[in-house]
Amino acid sequence: MESVYLAIPLFPLAGAIIAGLFGRQIGRVGAHTVTIGAVAISFVLSVIAFWHIVFGGGAVYNESVYTWMVSDGITFEIGFLVDRLTVLMMTTVTSVSLMVHIYTIGYMHEDPGYQRFFSYISLFTFAMLMLVMANNFMQLFFGWEAVGVVSYLLIGFWYTRESAIFANLKAFLVNRVGDFGFLLGIGAILAWTGTLDYAAVFAQAGDLANARIELFDGAPWSVATVACLLLFVGAMGKSAQVPLHVWLPDSMEGPTPISALIHAATMVTAGIFMLARMSPLFEMSETALSFVLVIGAITALAMGLVGIVQHDIKRVVAYSTLSQLGYMTVALGASAYSAAIFHLMTHAFFKALLFLGAGSVIIAMHHEQDMRRMGGLRRYMPITYITAVIGSLALIGFPGFSGFFSKDAIIEGVHYSGIPGAGFAYWCVLIGVFVTALYTFRMLFLTFHGEPRMDEHTREHLHETPLVVTIPLILLAIPSVIIGAWTIGPLLFGGWFGESILVLPEHDVMAKLGEGFHGWWGFIIHGFQGPAVYLALAGVVVAWYVWIRRPDLADRAAERLRPVHRILEKKYGFDELYQTVFADGGRRLGGVLSRVGDQRIIDGWVVNGAARLVGRGAGLMRHLQSGYLYHYAFAMILGVLVALSWVVLSA
Amino acid sequence: MTSQFLPLLPEITLAIGACVVLVVDLFVPAERRDTTYLLALAALVATLVATVVGQPDGVRILFGGSYIADPMSRLLKLAVIVLTFFVFVYSRPYLAGRGLYNGEFFALGLFGLLGMLIMISGYSMLTVYLGLELLSLCQYALVAFNRDSPRASEAAMKYFVLGAFASGMLLYGMSLIYGLTGSLEVIEIHNYLIRNGVDQIGALLGLIFIIVGLSFKLGAVPFHAWVPDVYEGAPTAVALYIASAPKVAAFALFMRMLAEGLGVLQADWQVMLAVLAVLSLVLGNVVAIAQTNLKRMLAYSTISHVGFILLGILAGTAQGYSAAMFYVIFYAMVTAGAFGMIILLSRRGLEAEQLEDFRGLNARSPWFALMMLFIMFSMAGVPPFAGFYAKLSVLRAVVQVDEIWLAIVAVVFSVVGAFYYLRVVKLMYFDEPVETGAFQEGGGLRAALSVNGLSMLALGLYPAALMSWCVAAVSW
Repeated sequence: MESVYLAIPLFPLAGAIIAGLFGRQIGRVGAHTVTIGAVAISFVLSVIAFWHIVFGGGAVYNESVYTWMVSDGITFEIGFLVDRLTVLMMTTVTSVSLMVHIYTIGYMHEDPGYQRFFSYISLFTFAMLMLVMANNFMQLFFGWEAVGVVSYLLIGFWYTRESAIFANLKAFLVNRVGDFGFLLGIGAILAWTGTLDYAAVFAQAGDLANARIELFDGAPWSVATVACLLLFVGAMGKSAQVPLHVWLPDSMEGPTPISALIHAATMVTAGIFMLARMSPLFEMSETALSFVLVIGAITALAMGLVGIVQHDIKRVVAYSTLSQLGYMTVALGASAYSAAIFHLMTHAFFKALLFLGAGSVIIAMHHEQDMRRMGGLRRYMPITYITAVIGSLALIGFPGFSGFFSKDAIIEGVHYSGIPGAGFAYWCVLIGVFVTALYTFRMLFLTFHGEPRMDEHTREHLHETPLVVTIPLILLAIPSVIIGAWTIGPLLFGGWFGESILVLPEHDVMAKLGEGFHGWWGFIIHGFQGPAVYLALAGVVVAWYVWIRRPDLADRAAERLRPVHRILEKKYGFDELYQTVFADGGRRLGGVLSRVGDQRIIDGWVVNGAARLVGRGAGLMRHLQSGYLYHYAFAMILGVLVALSWVVLSA
Repeated sequence: MTSQFLPLLPEITLAIGACVVLVVDLFVPAERRDTTYLLALAALVATLVATVVGQPDGVRILFGGSYIADPMSRLLKLAVIVLTFFVFVYSRPYLAGRGLYNGEFFALGLFGLLGMLIMISGYSMLTVYLGLELLSLCQYALVAFNRDSPRASEAAMKYFVLGAFASGMLLYGMSLIYGLTGSLEVIEIHNYLIRNGVDQIGALLGLIFIIVGLSFKLGAVPFHAWVPDVYEGAPTAVALYIASAPKVAAFALFMRMLAEGLGVLQADWQVMLAVLAVLSLVLGNVVAIAQTNLKRMLAYSTISHVGFILLGILAGTAQGYSAAMFYVIFYAMVTAGAFGMIILLSRRGLEAEQLEDFRGLNARSPWFALMMLFIMFSMAGVPPFAGFYAKLSVLRAVVQVDEIWLAIVAVVFSVVGAFYYLRVVKLMYFDEPVETGAFQEGGGLRAALSVNGLSMLALGLYPAALMSWCVAAVSW
């Protein structure tokens, strides 16, 4: 199997290189044929690997394939750890990526950077696969950073646009903050265990929990806590958790729903995946879990609320993504790792569906993204409409749809959790259900229902989008409905993840939940006994009443709740804070240092001063070369005299 | 008897070759001068073969201790012969274009080379001195080769007077050592000093005068004053000859006299060489900045390189000696290349020795601009070119013997020096050409220049090719 595992990331890499470097030679058709072919092979091989590990009884693969270097006893290598968690991620990543590749043919067909775009998304697939397949922290970090680089390139794909450049810089900088924490976390682990290999680190997890580090005098912390918190800072950046979430909505500013999708459905899951992979470490620190739980809960609720006031259809989906990532993080904090991965998977499908649906609407509207100028689209775009309804129902957790199972599992899991902060988190995710339904159906109603609000010209040209766009929608709609019911049993309660995820018995909320689990139908019945379903229905009803029945009510409510509305519109002021304090402050500090430190002291005194000194010295010294023979002879004699007197005096 | 003379095969071959060149040239009409040229090259090739074939392995001390054949002499001889070959190839078009294409140039060049070979293999002060004078006299004559040029005559005059002065110093030092030890042979001097200790002021005085004489030949500050004037005044082909191979021979003298003969006085000559090295590094690099004439700039660059070579010698370890040897061979190669570039750009009526003449070379010939870039980067010590490795190994040797401050001085002034090398690169690549005339004719010149430039890159990438020889040469 080793060659199969090796081929899975290398095919997209080869595709990226060919499309990127030889794009001009092979042309547009050549570029998409090569990259799609490569990713398709990678997808098929991932499915084979999935089959091999899950059904074929294949052994977990944990081997190094290449040693990069050995320095001071630390081995830096490339290696793969392929277990059930990995194959699940591999299949998800490659399948979503394949969809994206196909959809791109339609969406980008007029763009001059066609080949470049295919190169980027293939490179992204490679980076993501390297990340999930890593068996050591070095490769994890490589994949982590490579994903970050490609994300930078994708957000700034249309590099002549001011907004795209701003957004990609922002994403890059915010992710740097997270990555700094991540790197420190890896450093802490390396310092205490002396190895980068997952298995070797996890074997020492207990020692890490008992080791103490004094960050502040007189306050010893468990090393496991410190390392986990630092690693989580990295996840907060990549998975866009408050307060490092600010880049994700802006990345939607970037050119295409495709890049948005890549970020929202794939890249952001890197943090979630990483935490699940690190479960043996996180289980050692209740403090870290509690922190994860609270951050996730805040993200889930607060970002959902912002989604209510957005007008840009892509931004609504983006804030919805933030909120759903919050749900996943909450699940991680409650030690319900399997539920987090389960939600990650279902979310990948229905969020991809919603993103592509939004993209389809945007194509039909000639790149108009403001929902205030849409409305009534269901008559013109039936396929997009129906698939969007399916995606929305899955997102709000309508009973029977995939989102229902994963979200209910998380809510129930938090309910059972005894970790500090679980009570707070429970209320957050519960209210979050209502909020989710509210913004999702607001989007649906504003876009597809009501009176058309677009201009005459646009309306005359409205029609359903071409097949390359609608087929992925249909293909994604199917799993959005059924994947939850189909997989909940084995994934959550069947011990499916086996050794790849470790949960201590005292944290094992899924086991408690599993005691009352009797098949997916029973889970739906059980769902009606809890408040979540009714909250979701309430959200739909309120959305219908406010935005369809009494459209004036929305504005009146906004007027009445002026301060709250403003806070939400300003997105709690994170952007302003970062902009003024960090960005502007940093630039001001840089300006001062540049003027005083660099230009005056370093350039003025050290560099130019030294140069002036040398120049003057050269001017003086060249006069020594007078051209007169007796001067030269005199210099020689002087030299001899100095040497002689030195010898005589020292002897 | 044969075995006595067999190690001398290179010198014998060369002496015969030089005489043949001299005599044949008398009968060759001016328009058939190429015969002399080819004959001179043939003599060089024959000498090279004789060196490879004739020189025995291991160490052989012959003729009552006045001649030595050892790995070091073999390597250095090969180096000077190959360098002279390049010098002749570079010089031909230059001389031909200026009515200087006379057989004497090659005859003097070959006799000078004979002097170098004797310097390299001389193992008694008398042989060494004979070799040195043979070389020097040829050089004086060569500088004055263009009799009609007042600049050349002035340079030759200065060189001759100062050279005679330095030779006198050297001879005086040698006589002091001889008076003290009663022997001319390097090995005997060494043994005497070991037996009788070194607490004698006479030995130190002798040492000083010997160092002064040798430093003059190498061009170390404050015995450097002739270098810029001679480089500038002499015809470029002669400056090229003086700047390259003789430095390798002078390095051999340092090794024979200081490291082997007066090795016991190491503590004393270390200090003196340190002073000379620092002065050379400072003055060479700083004054080079103020030059607008490329030949003068190369003269000061030579002085700064001499500083580096002295650093390697004064480390006094096998590592230091091999590093200095690597450096001096690299230096001779790179300098030959730089003068070759000047010759390439020059033509009748234009010496192309001003920095200005290199403006926009890239637009005129990207290939030779690239070769010049290799040469300049090598001199500046930019990786991955040979100069980087040469400087690095010298610095490593100096640091190894805990002379950190010397290494720091060397690095600081290398940075200063980088300025004027990179200025040439800037002129070539970023400025508009002012001179647009054709280059010097000559396929041999172009081919040799390309080889020379590329060898700087190759030697930088695979320094071990030469370094392993250098290491083997000093492991006595």
